[in-house]
Amino acid sequence: MSGSRDKAADASSVHWPARPRYLGWIESGVALALFACALVTVLTTLGILIVLGAQSIAFFQTAGISPLAFLFGNSLKPDAKPPLFGILPLIWGTGMVAVGSSLVALPIGLLSAIYLSEYAPRQARSILKPMLELLAGVPTIVYGYLALLLVTPALRRMLEPMGLRVETFNALAACVVVGIMIIPLVSSLSEDVLSSVPRGLREAAYGLGATKFEVSTRVVLPAALSGVLASFILAISRAVGETMAVVLAAGMRPQITLNPLTSIETMTTYIVQVVSGEASYGTPKYLSLFAVGLSLFAATMVLNIISGLVLRRFREAYQ
Amino acid sequence: MTSAESRFHPDRAARRLVGPIFGAACLAATCTGVLALVILLGAIVAAALQGPPHNPWYALGPNLRELAGLVQKLALGVQSSNPARAGYRVGLAGSLWLLGLVAVVGIPIGVGAGVFLEEYAPPGRLRRIVQTNIANLAGVPSIVYGILGLALFVRAFGVKAVALGPTLLAGVLTLSLLILPIVVITTQEALRAVPRSLRQAALALGATRWQMIRDHVLPSALPGIMTGTILGLSRAIGETAPLLMVGAAGSLLQAPKGPLDRYSALPVEIYNYAKEPDTRFQMVAAGGILILVALLLTMNAAAIVIRNRFRRYD
Repeated sequence: MSGSRDKAADASSVHWPARPRYLGWIESGVALALFACALVTVLTTLGILIVLGAQSIAFFQTAGISPLAFLFGNSLKPDAKPPLFGILPLIWGTGMVAVGSSLVALPIGLLSAIYLSEYAPRQARSILKPMLELLAGVPTIVYGYLALLLVTPALRRMLEPMGLRVETFNALAACVVVGIMIIPLVSSLSEDVLSSVPRGLREAAYGLGATKFEVSTRVVLPAALSGVLASFILAISRAVGETMAVVLAAGMRPQITLNPLTSIETMTTYIVQVVSGEASYGTPKYLSLFAVGLSLFAATMVLNIISGLVLRRFREAYQ
Repeated sequence: MTSAESRFHPDRAARRLVGPIFGAACLAATCTGVLALVILLGAIVAAALQGPPHNPWYALGPNLRELAGLVQKLALGVQSSNPARAGYRVGLAGSLWLLGLVAVVGIPIGVGAGVFLEEYAPPGRLRRIVQTNIANLAGVPSIVYGILGLALFVRAFGVKAVALGPTLLAGVLTLSLLILPIVVITTQEALRAVPRSLRQAALALGATRWQMIRDHVLPSALPGIMTGTILGLSRAIGETAPLLMVGAAGSLLQAPKGPLDRYSALPVEIYNYAKEPDTRFQMVAAGGILILVALLLTMNAAAIVIRNRFRRYD
């Protein structure tokens, strides 16, 4: 006992060395390096904006058309003389894929989310949720390949006896595979918001004699509605920006049609088409990919921002 | 009183009927998703086994041996117009190069940015803006990163002296930017899970901020950071569109020897085979997808194992 007190007394008289000076240099050096890393994320956004903006302006100058004529022109013939750059067919095609894949993914995703959050036993949920999320981890090229290998032949077998012609590349196959691809986006995020609805709401409804169905659809779902909407919008945004599945499945014919069994072209497909076509640098055709890219970027950004705002409203209400 | 009673319709029979039906519909929807995953993998294996021996599907041994043979053949062959000899050696080498270099270039930047935002950046409007920006970057379509890479790295706005051209390095830089948001966000989540007391204890003992982070915070957050790293890298491996944009060549017979060589990547070669009209190439494409999916599943499984095994604070 007394020995340890002696030691303590000794320790207080020991002269502790000050921190070596180089430590200060290391500190600020590391802080600076880490700051530079964080700066890269900001520069990436700026880079995207500058590249898309500057090259789009260059495009509008060299091609000599106005942004309005570009967005609302209904014929896209970059190789014609004079070339025509109206991307309404691309916007139409993109919209078709977005709507079609939503019709597949939103109901399935939402019902899955309700099942996982309200009905599934814990163990089933811990297996099923990661499995659904695996769907989102499969590379998109695989979905494109499956559209060609599986979906289009299946559609042919089902629809051709009814006298409908299904083209090799068709919008419907693209919608199906993109829809499957974005199911986990809807189910995962919706499940998160559904499970974070306070238990008290559910228990109050059960206490009033509501059935599980009524609790799920009339209490939990309305309470989580903004979060569910946010997941829908996010999924649509992903469908809009999807590239490889659509390139392989939907083909490259820019047209405005309501028939989902024919080939269409989306904005992303057009960008890939221009790049693989070796359009020479600085020509209007080459520059047009940046203007299309800007439209695509703007569309997905607007959707993402709306989704973020809607989600924040949900969080403000319950978290 | 009587009027209130007459307005109350319990409809017990109907409500009892609707409930289970809805529950079944929800279960069916969930199963649709899972079934889609199973069909997806099954169809690819089936397509890869289209070739002659034609074992029945339940003959697991011979089928597995055939698959192994096919994968081996594909891993050794190069791009060819003859489906019997076509393979992925160049693409596989390119993808592994990309994997390694993105791990060296992209991951440190992402982790560094995450550490800065969590440990250094003072809370306030600026940090919130940067945070929102990262969340938005995560939602930018991958092809837009491809456009960025094309203009910035491949062409350098037409300035020939600094333009990288369609080289491996341009692909690496593009993919590094692409996975940045994922890595930053997962790093931040991992750091947030480290308890404050650990930081306070280190600081109280006289550690500097960086010593505290290096010796205590980062080791504790390492499993989470590794998970994010693997998720980011598996995203990079599976991406096709941005690589098409920055010029990963489809038909290349030589694997790259350095970061300034031309390159190809596994998904890009799969794309090239998949769009061939000749159906014999479908088998080749399916085999390539099997290699790719096996690579990704291994990486994801590793991420899950790391997360479960070393989980400490959540």
